[in-house]
Amino acid sequence: MSKSLSLFVPALGGTVLVLGLAYGIASRHYGQQTITSLETRVAQTEASAARAREAARAAAQEAAKLAAERDALQDVASTSGDLTAPAPVAAAGFNLGRQALPEEIAAWDVDVLPDGRGLPVGSGDVWTGEEVFVDKCASCHGDFAEGRDNWPVLAGGFDTLADEDPVKTVGSYWPHLSTAWDYINRSMPFGEAGTLTADETYAIVAYLLYSNDMVDDDFVLSNENFTDVEMYNADGFVIDDRPALEYPAWRTEPCMENCKTSVEITMRATFLDVTPEDGGESVMNHASTTGTPTFSASAAADDDGAPTATIDGMDPTLVAAGEGAFRQCSSCHQVGASARNSSGPQLNGLLGRTIGSVDGFRYSNTFGDANAAGDVWTEENLAAFLADPRGAMPGTKMSFRGVRNEEDIAALIAYLASVEAE
Amino acid sequence: MKDIGKTSRRAFLRGTAAIAAGGVAGKAMAQETPDPLITELQEWASYLGAGVDETPYGLPIRFESDVVRRNVEWLTASPISSINFTPIHALDGTITPQGCAFERHHSGAIELSKEDYRLMINGLVDEPLVFTYADLERFPRENHVYFCECAANTGMEWAGAQLNGAQFTHGMIHNMEYTGVPLRTLLNEAGLGAAGDLSDKWVYVEGADASSNGRSIPMEKALDDVLVAFKANGEALRMEHGYPARLVVPGWEGNLWVKWLRRVEVVDRAVESREETSKYTDVYEDGTARKWTWVMDAKSVITSPSPQMPITHGTGPLVISGLAWSGHGKITRVDVSKDGGITWETARLGKQGDTKALTRFYLDMDWDGSPMLLQSRAMDETGYVQPTKHQLRQMRGENAVYHNNCIQTWLVNEEGIAENVEVS
Repeated sequence: MSKSLSLFVPALGGTVLVLGLAYGIASRHYGQQTITSLETRVAQTEASAARAREAARAAAQEAAKLAAERDALQDVASTSGDLTAPAPVAAAGFNLGRQALPEEIAAWDVDVLPDGRGLPVGSGDVWTGEEVFVDKCASCHGDFAEGRDNWPVLAGGFDTLADEDPVKTVGSYWPHLSTAWDYINRSMPFGEAGTLTADETYAIVAYLLYSNDMVDDDFVLSNENFTDVEMYNADGFVIDDRPALEYPAWRTEPCMENCKTSVEITMRATFLDVTPEDGGESVMNHASTTGTPTFSASAAADDDGAPTATIDGMDPTLVAAGEGAFRQCSSCHQVGASARNSSGPQLNGLLGRTIGSVDGFRYSNTFGDANAAGDVWTEENLAAFLADPRGAMPGTKMSFRGVRNEEDIAALIAYLASVEAE
Repeated sequence: MKDIGKTSRRAFLRGTAAIAAGGVAGKAMAQETPDPLITELQEWASYLGAGVDETPYGLPIRFESDVVRRNVEWLTASPISSINFTPIHALDGTITPQGCAFERHHSGAIELSKEDYRLMINGLVDEPLVFTYADLERFPRENHVYFCECAANTGMEWAGAQLNGAQFTHGMIHNMEYTGVPLRTLLNEAGLGAAGDLSDKWVYVEGADASSNGRSIPMEKALDDVLVAFKANGEALRMEHGYPARLVVPGWEGNLWVKWLRRVEVVDRAVESREETSKYTDVYEDGTARKWTWVMDAKSVITSPSPQMPITHGTGPLVISGLAWSGHGKITRVDVSKDGGITWETARLGKQGDTKALTRFYLDMDWDGSPMLLQSRAMDETGYVQPTKHQLRQMRGENAVYHNNCIQTWLVNEEGIAENVEVS
């Protein structure tokens, strides 16, 4: 501050001196002086304008330069998109995760390969297999692996693969026995995966081979003779040959006009009766084909699912909620006029019914014992059973984890109480 | 400059006048009495609406309550091991909202927390590893939009036109933006030196649920574009889609997209699991079956009009809308026929096709009320043209179950009602 001030003071003094001289001259030659002064101002203003033009030119040049830089950047961004990049890979890794322990790998790495690698030591015979199968598998697959309801058929179906309705079973279709062992050991029984011992799995697989007439009744399957078993359809598979057979034919310029002479409707979904007499083979599992849904645009929105009938002494809202909750039960249990036993017994008039008393249903021993003791279904014991089936009735065949929500249990009981005995 | 502006403005005004005149003359409906929705004060214009604290996480407004996943009960023995269908007939654009994206479970959808999540990489690797969920979020990640189509989509239609609705014939598909870590990054972390020559190696992938749904994937694909994803459409995966992490296998059948992914094992051959032998193999007319049919070929369907989406507005402007996709890459073109395949016209794509993602197409037409046999035909960047049902059956018979990518036909009658049909 002090430095700039000391520079400024002499300059100011100089200016005062110049103005004083000009004033003295002007008082003597006023007109000429005014002209000179105006000329000076014109010259000064012109010089200033020239400087401004120069500055503007420089600014315009700078702006053009910046715009060019911007355009270049935009070109890079829009043409090659190269502000994006794939996730970088570090050759040496990211040093994340930890080493898997042998015990952990042993617990999870249980897959069995077609050449038998992965099989544990063990064995099981056909008769043991039948016992285990009837106890743990037959409620869905049938005593003879023939399949109940829509559950998979596991036996038979030989030489049907070229038929109108192929029956794809372990015997007729599966190319490797390892697949059966691996899947049963890993994912069966449905709802109790991972609970079979190695010997039980060997026994079940032995029984399936017997059910398919592939071994005699004295057969014992073990890790030692496992790969000796020859599968019926082992050579029935080819690796995807669409690239050779289909792609050359279908990578052609398509027709746009006069592609056909006429078009007739050959089939209508509306008229199709898709219900085969025997339930048949279907897409996902082995499905029957009743009740093909048809929808119009507004039908679904109008149906709010509210019950139309009310039942004396019951909360219709609770009953309706129970009907909704019952959907998860309905794959195994039926109710209503046409109810019959399927994977589970029919449940008409359940409350007040003697436990384990439905004709024609093969109950577990624990249900047999309750039946012999004359026990009856009450709201209390049904609630306990629904909450924890295997805890309340140890040994039950019902493969269901239980209902967690108490409101759902109350609703289910209300709904089941509303279903009269037929 | 000024002159050009004037000229174009005049031309614009002339054009507007012409359109307005034509519009007035062509209006099908004239309003006789004032519309009370306009002339009377409506309660929503007077009373107050919902506050911002009312819905921390929103569902669609109740008027859209029929836009939901639906199940076809007779397809499977139990809803626990079953599939439902995306309401594609009622959606537009290409992204499928998670809440209505189809589900396929083999032992039900499980609740697995991030804290309880573990992912093991083992087998022919230099160091078998275990990752936590938190580890996954520390690897560099990517974003990609991909379709996921069940191999059995349209499978019920092999033997004939069966289900009346695009939701049921083509709804085993969804299309989401995934955020995840490339599988190659995780394999690299464990080290593939022990695997030696990678050209004949595989990864075996399995889930944490009771079915485990194990599948074998060739190493070439595993190192290409497969992701371990933990977000979809910006938010965490839904339980039913594999929360907290699932495999994304772009362009390949949905069964490979293992949910609740818990283990990736490097192996020297395909495991030949239940889901790649007894299921997801395609039986042909002579009884032999194709296996390892992973890629989903190019396919399309008109979503509206369709049996669940009849034309309710009568004659005049009609938007035909549909979806196209290919597991081989980008959709380059979609043709639409209104006469069952005699003549075709090229549809307008909503936007440029993304690789292995859904592409939306439109055909904007003036409907005169005559019946139509609507078809769509997709082409992808490999030049593949979506085949007719007849072509597919000639090649494969009627029992393949999976990979039915045939051209679909909807019959639209004079009233605008649409029906699933087959044509000669």
